[in-house]
Amino acid sequence: MSGAVRLRVSELNKRFGGVVAVKNMSFDLRAGEIVGLIGPNGSGKSTVMSLIMGIQRANSGTIALDGTDIARWPAHRIARAGVAIVFQHSRPLQRQTVLENIKLALLPDSLLRLATEASVTERARAIAESVGLGGVLHRHPWTLPFADLRRMEVAKAVARDPKVVLIDEPFAGLTATEIKTFSDLIRSLRDAERAVLLVDHSVKSVAALADRVIAMYLGERIAEGNAAEVMQNETVRRVYLGGAIEAVKRTSAGADAATLLDIGSVDVFYGKAQALERIDLRVHQDEFVSIVGLNGAGKTTLFNAISGLVPYRGLIRFGGRDLRNLTAAAIARAGIVHCPETRELFGYMSVRENLDLGGGHLSSGERQTQLAWVFELFPILEQRQAQAARTLSGGEQQMLALGRALMMQPKLLILDEPTLGLAPVILAQMSKAIERLRKERSLTLLLAEQNVTFALPHSDRLYLLDHGRVAWQGDPARFAAEMRTGYL
Amino acid sequence: MAFLRSRVLWIGAAVVVTAALLPLWLSAYLLGVLTAAYYFGVFAMAWDLLFGFAGEVNFGPTFLIGLGAYTAAILNSEFGLPIPVCVVAGALAAVVGGILLAVPALRLRGPYFGLVTLVAVLLLQNLIVIFAGVTGGEIGMTVPDVLSIDEKVNYWFALAFLTICAVLLYGLSRSAVGLILQASGQDAVEASALGFNVTKHKIAAFCISALFSGTAGALLIFYMGTASINTVIDLAIAVQIIIAAVLGGRRTILGAALGAVVLIVANEFLRPLGQLNTFVVSAVALAVILFFPEGLLGYALHRGERE
Repeated sequence: MSGAVRLRVSELNKRFGGVVAVKNMSFDLRAGEIVGLIGPNGSGKSTVMSLIMGIQRANSGTIALDGTDIARWPAHRIARAGVAIVFQHSRPLQRQTVLENIKLALLPDSLLRLATEASVTERARAIAESVGLGGVLHRHPWTLPFADLRRMEVAKAVARDPKVVLIDEPFAGLTATEIKTFSDLIRSLRDAERAVLLVDHSVKSVAALADRVIAMYLGERIAEGNAAEVMQNETVRRVYLGGAIEAVKRTSAGADAATLLDIGSVDVFYGKAQALERIDLRVHQDEFVSIVGLNGAGKTTLFNAISGLVPYRGLIRFGGRDLRNLTAAAIARAGIVHCPETRELFGYMSVRENLDLGGGHLSSGERQTQLAWVFELFPILEQRQAQAARTLSGGEQQMLALGRALMMQPKLLILDEPTLGLAPVILAQMSKAIERLRKERSLTLLLAEQNVTFALPHSDRLYLLDHGRVAWQGDPARFAAEMRTGYL
Repeated sequence: MAFLRSRVLWIGAAVVVTAALLPLWLSAYLLGVLTAAYYFGVFAMAWDLLFGFAGEVNFGPTFLIGLGAYTAAILNSEFGLPIPVCVVAGALAAVVGGILLAVPALRLRGPYFGLVTLVAVLLLQNLIVIFAGVTGGEIGMTVPDVLSIDEKVNYWFALAFLTICAVLLYGLSRSAVGLILQASGQDAVEASALGFNVTKHKIAAFCISALFSGTAGALLIFYMGTASINTVIDLAIAVQIIIAAVLGGRRTILGAALGAVVLIVANEFLRPLGQLNTFVVSAVALAVILFFPEGLLGYALHRGERE
């Protein structure tokens, strides 16, 4: 089925400051082949894609397109040479029609050709029909459903007849039927003898489509083969699910305690795409609840809704109080402290200044006590007090983010992907810190994790989100028993 | 789109014909106000090409205008060169200055580009003060030649110049190059992934903007007969140009000209208010920007486009 090697990536390396994003990646893409590049969030797969496209530049290594090294070319030259990309989030020209948006992709890179040739319009029309946009040629992008916008991006990408097509998160935000038709569209690219690289977080969603799957973790390739082989691979399973799952019996809190956070029928839309659908969720006083689910399942959106950062329909009550009309700042003052995935540290401020800002509302005596406690929890932060936050390692930054959140003395702490991209040794330290929190303070925790191994031992209850819906809920023991096999 | 284009054509033609007949009724004073407003219209359109299409906020349009104006004025007063030569030289000076500014500045992102353009204006202003022997410094300089002493001729000349610039710039904005420029301004990463050299297109936009600004600046000098910091370089002028373009409507080109005329005519009509004049005009401009961020023309053309 697969033909000549179109793209050969060898020994590719990319560092961002001290963080290694891609490490010694090598792989081939052949004509008429769909390859899935998978890995948890932060594993470096998107970076690989932007290195191929020339959006970022590799520190070392080669990327050969039909034998020519394009690794140091600018993006527009790589695009002309035959590599195209379908972005997950696109920003089409809103004042132009679908046809004009596709025509854009066919224009020459010239300052002098002011008029578009008639053949360009013909070709744009033909491409639009081939991806199923024939009926909406003269509509504006903002009037289209989300799935059609994705089609338009594919149309733009294939306009120049590329040899290699890179597709970022092809299925995010699509419904089950749309996923099916979109998969057919991607297969048609393969049938046209193009080499296709899909970047996605889940093996499951690419399994049906990809001829070959490459799994990445912390910038490195950890497995390669067909989808079934990769799913069975021990390392892959450990990264996604972890090895043995130990469910710890909890006695401290549970359903008897008062409800602290009550979420009823919450819907969230991003433009046309529904990110959350009728979410019902309850967190009791002193309870540790985990939200698990793949990247894109809606975990972060849910947290943003709770913190008042995105508009929603439905009801969110905290300690009996409706949060709808409160600003994000008022919600934070009410005691919900959100520690986002992106950490949002003040990079140019010192560790100490970041912590002091977190405890800004405390009296100086209280602040000292709280600070001493945070330093006891994370001794490394005490040593690094004077250092600028952006110079810390990833693990230290996560500790600082957690420390700063604790300085705010939260009633409900929301932790979004605290283990994202962290090395196992840091995971153990984080895990210990969270265990101590439970023992030493009265604290309620809402945790989002892709890493179930990390989430399970800390949870009283779990919710599994899938495509914006609660797909499962229960306690860790049941999760281990029921979901272990179904979840990858 | 063909329909819209023809509608723009007919409305535009009607506006130009009406404007051309205005000297039959208006006083010489009002014609003078409109003449200056037309040159301002070109400044604002040239600015909109950069902000609305290339997506770059140039806080110093008067850097380009001032280069054109002072080059023309100095060549005329020092060397006695004829007006057309001085205007062409002024336009070229603005383009060269624009390239020297844009090539390094476009390496910077977002607000830093704007800051560089802002500093460029201050540098030019200081240079003019330092070389007061040639430039007249803060007082300004008189040019020996003027376009015409007849208000009507000056008016028609400015109107014709505005019309030509409007056709060229509007046509450019609707061309294939305009489409690429818009894509580059909106999402540079995506545009380059589609195979467009974003830097090349943005520098070209800067050059075109400089060409029109410089030409208009040079012509304005020969209309007024004087060149001074207060009329072509001061940051207050730059701010007025920006307000005019935003008031008229971003990404419309023609709206910028409309905004400039509205702004300057409003300033004149409110002159009896004295000190309050500027305040009222600014307040109205602020209200338009807050409530109709699409601008006057943008709002009229694209009603219902936003969800």
